[in-house]
Amino acid sequence: MSKRNPEYDFVWCPGCGDFGVRRALEWALERHVAEHEIPQSNYVIVAGIGCSGNMVHLMEGDQPFGLHGIHGRTLPLSFGVKMGRPDIETVVVAGDGDFLAIGGEHIGPAAARNVDVTCVVMDNGVYGLTKGQSSPTTEMGAMTSSTPYGKVETQMMPLKYYLTIGVSYIASHYSSKPRDLANCIQDAMNHKGFSIVHVQSPCTTYNDTYDILKGNRRKGIPGIAWEVPEDHDPSSRQSAEDLLDRPGIPLGLIYQEDRPTLQDQVDKIAESNPNRQPEQILATYAI
Amino acid sequence: MLTGIITVEAYYGFSVKRTQLAPNCRRTGGENSFSNMSENQSQDFVIRFAGEGGQGLVTSADAMARAAANAGYYVSTFSTFPSQIMGGPASSQVRISNTPVLCSGDNVDVLVSLDEYAYNNHRHDLSENGVAIYNSGEFELPGGGQYFGIDADELAKSTGNTRAANMVTIGAVANLIGFSLEEIDAFITQRFTRGRPGDEEIIESNKQAIRLGADVAANSGFSVGTLAAPIPPDYDQIMITGNAALALGAVTAGVDFYAGYPISPATTILVWMEQNLVGPGRFAHQVSSEIEAISAIVGAGYAGKKSMTATAGPGLSLMSEGIGLAWMAEIPCVVVDVQRGGPSTGLPTKSEQSDLLLCLNPGHGDMSIPILAPGSVEECFDAGALAVNWAERYQGPVILMSEFGQAEKGENIRRPELADVKVERRSIYEGSNGYARYQSWNGEGLSPMPIPGGPGAYVANGSEHDERGDTTHLPRHHIRLTERRFKKLDLLGDAHYEIENEGAIAMIMSWGSSKGPAREAYERLRESGADVGWLYSMALNPLPDEMKSALERANLVIVPELNYTGQWSAVLRQHGYRAESVTQYTGLPFKPATLVDRIGARLAELRAEKGMVLA
Repeated sequence: MSKRNPEYDFVWCPGCGDFGVRRALEWALERHVAEHEIPQSNYVIVAGIGCSGNMVHLMEGDQPFGLHGIHGRTLPLSFGVKMGRPDIETVVVAGDGDFLAIGGEHIGPAAARNVDVTCVVMDNGVYGLTKGQSSPTTEMGAMTSSTPYGKVETQMMPLKYYLTIGVSYIASHYSSKPRDLANCIQDAMNHKGFSIVHVQSPCTTYNDTYDILKGNRRKGIPGIAWEVPEDHDPSSRQSAEDLLDRPGIPLGLIYQEDRPTLQDQVDKIAESNPNRQPEQILATYAI
Repeated sequence: MLTGIITVEAYYGFSVKRTQLAPNCRRTGGENSFSNMSENQSQDFVIRFAGEGGQGLVTSADAMARAAANAGYYVSTFSTFPSQIMGGPASSQVRISNTPVLCSGDNVDVLVSLDEYAYNNHRHDLSENGVAIYNSGEFELPGGGQYFGIDADELAKSTGNTRAANMVTIGAVANLIGFSLEEIDAFITQRFTRGRPGDEEIIESNKQAIRLGADVAANSGFSVGTLAAPIPPDYDQIMITGNAALALGAVTAGVDFYAGYPISPATTILVWMEQNLVGPGRFAHQVSSEIEAISAIVGAGYAGKKSMTATAGPGLSLMSEGIGLAWMAEIPCVVVDVQRGGPSTGLPTKSEQSDLLLCLNPGHGDMSIPILAPGSVEECFDAGALAVNWAERYQGPVILMSEFGQAEKGENIRRPELADVKVERRSIYEGSNGYARYQSWNGEGLSPMPIPGGPGAYVANGSEHDERGDTTHLPRHHIRLTERRFKKLDLLGDAHYEIENEGAIAMIMSWGSSKGPAREAYERLRESGADVGWLYSMALNPLPDEMKSALERANLVIVPELNYTGQWSAVLRQHGYRAESVTQYTGLPFKPATLVDRIGARLAELRAEKGMVLA
């Protein structure tokens, strides 16, 4: 159930990281609306399939438009929304399975185009909705329902992948700091181009990584998340690479590059090539 | 005249029952077609240029077609080539007639063979009185046949313009069919007047080349007749291919977003859109796969654009899930399937009509996608516009099925009056927020669609949903929404249809590009007195309402279609109509003579059956 619809057929498990991401996204949208004085109706949330995709139905307060499509296709769907309607602020919400496995083929093209779309990827390292199968970000050797003898593929490093493939804004975060995460998402939305905020959002049922991420002094677990140092230069690809060579999960902006968006390029072509009306096109076939 | 049929039988072992050949079948060109014509005047000719890809075969056929069109004839080109950039056996032909051309015709009246392989490959298609011109710079044929050699390259050299070899050949062809050299001159002048210093020289050398070729043909002593004088139409014409007409129709109806992926034979639509869909509010882009293409147009359709993609069978297979999303979430968009042959990679550059069942139900779950299948280059324009209007009207995906056979077929057709094209726009929600986008619907005034940026924010949902768009699995919602989605098809029963000679022992109902040869066969059968009727609509789903009652009344519906399984007749039988197919799966279009023979034989059987019943 959702707050406004008791019949809504979905719930997140207690403690799910996606609750924190939802709070952060709501804050980021509110602030973005206020900052740019854009009406809420000019926002579209394109959601993937999986636990995280239900975000689009579960958001509280003023509702933005939503497109809850098919598994793995958030990027091309959002490409259609954004390039069809450049005035629409377009945000993608998807999980690691949706975004990196079945939808992985779309990240490179979206990066190459530098479509002005912001992606919030909720990474729990598991397929939760289908009850606990391994995902690209599941650790090698991990026992899951689909890897009963241990996962035999290496773990994907999404941040390094994004950097290599040319994503122009890359941030990394986790769901337990919604205020910081909200700032990060708002920042990404303000970036002109293709931006990804990759969020560690633990699955309390199948892959509870809270202790590993945050640390647990009582249990003697150190915690692998660390703040990106203030002196990190996000405009330097080399610095970003060096940063990502460090073990653990960085929290903050990794890389940002200013380059023309696809819309900029399209506008440039339009300047030198006037809009051809059907009558003019028809005239070229005259005999 | 039976060459085509025999070829088909030899390949596939059709059991054509030759109880009776349809009498008085008209041959295409090359001999007296109509009794009211003078001894050596003929209504139409088919000229084929055969050789290797990249030798200018298409250019030659196109030049011939344009010269004839300029002179007031009706023309239709058809090409076949392998799926490679250069080389490989290829051919391009043009049919020239003084009445509107319905299809590529039967046999070839003049065959131009640029190499020996091409000659051997195509000579069986020559009509009885047909003449072959072979490239004597390349190979020689023994004396005594209905052919003569010409060294076009050598003759072109003598004009000082080595690129005029095609014109030498065209001159020879013109002489054989009695086509005026002055008309070709006019075409040459038009083509090469480009405001460049060398224009005059090029025009002169080409005119000279025409005459050199014509002389060789004249000295050969052969002739296939004289093309009857043109009867120029009393309306303006354009020369256009099926794919271009389709794209122009769609853009005229307001398509302003296109995403596509290169695939034969739909690529030219992508190229056309990239070229023409520029400027503010318009967007065309080559994306990374057909999955991206369908997703992009669904996203754009959701955001308020009139969106379209074009693909062929393999791409359509990849689009299955995305089309289902558009059906489920009720998002207008147009998917063009320019069919090619076979499953998998199949026959990328051949013609087949074997995607019909896939198009009707392109993905999992209950759905029924509206389908338009134009039957001519002219109809491609209308279908392009109607597909967009249908998508807007019923708020969902529409599939427009074309075929290789008409995708690149060039024809001079009536110039469409763009101002007369009906342009429909989806009903857009203008109320306040809290709107139930998928509310119950009584069949009138479909619930308006909210557009991002406007009021009525909702979630367009590919999961089953309630009236607000929220996911639900409750039976009452699934029942109501399923029925709503199908009920919307009732909005699309308005397509044009053709019904002739109802009450005949059998009705011919072809679809897509088989309409042309089927229509020609129908006319020949009627001329010969056969008891046969005609049914046609480019709207295959849903069928126009009047069409349904005609189908119900029909004793038997005979469906000529280019596939193995007889897909359209299977659909008709599923609807409860009496239907059977006449199939062909050679990768080539039907020849009218083939259909006259096979349908004629079936009609004879039906008559015999009826006679037995009466007796």
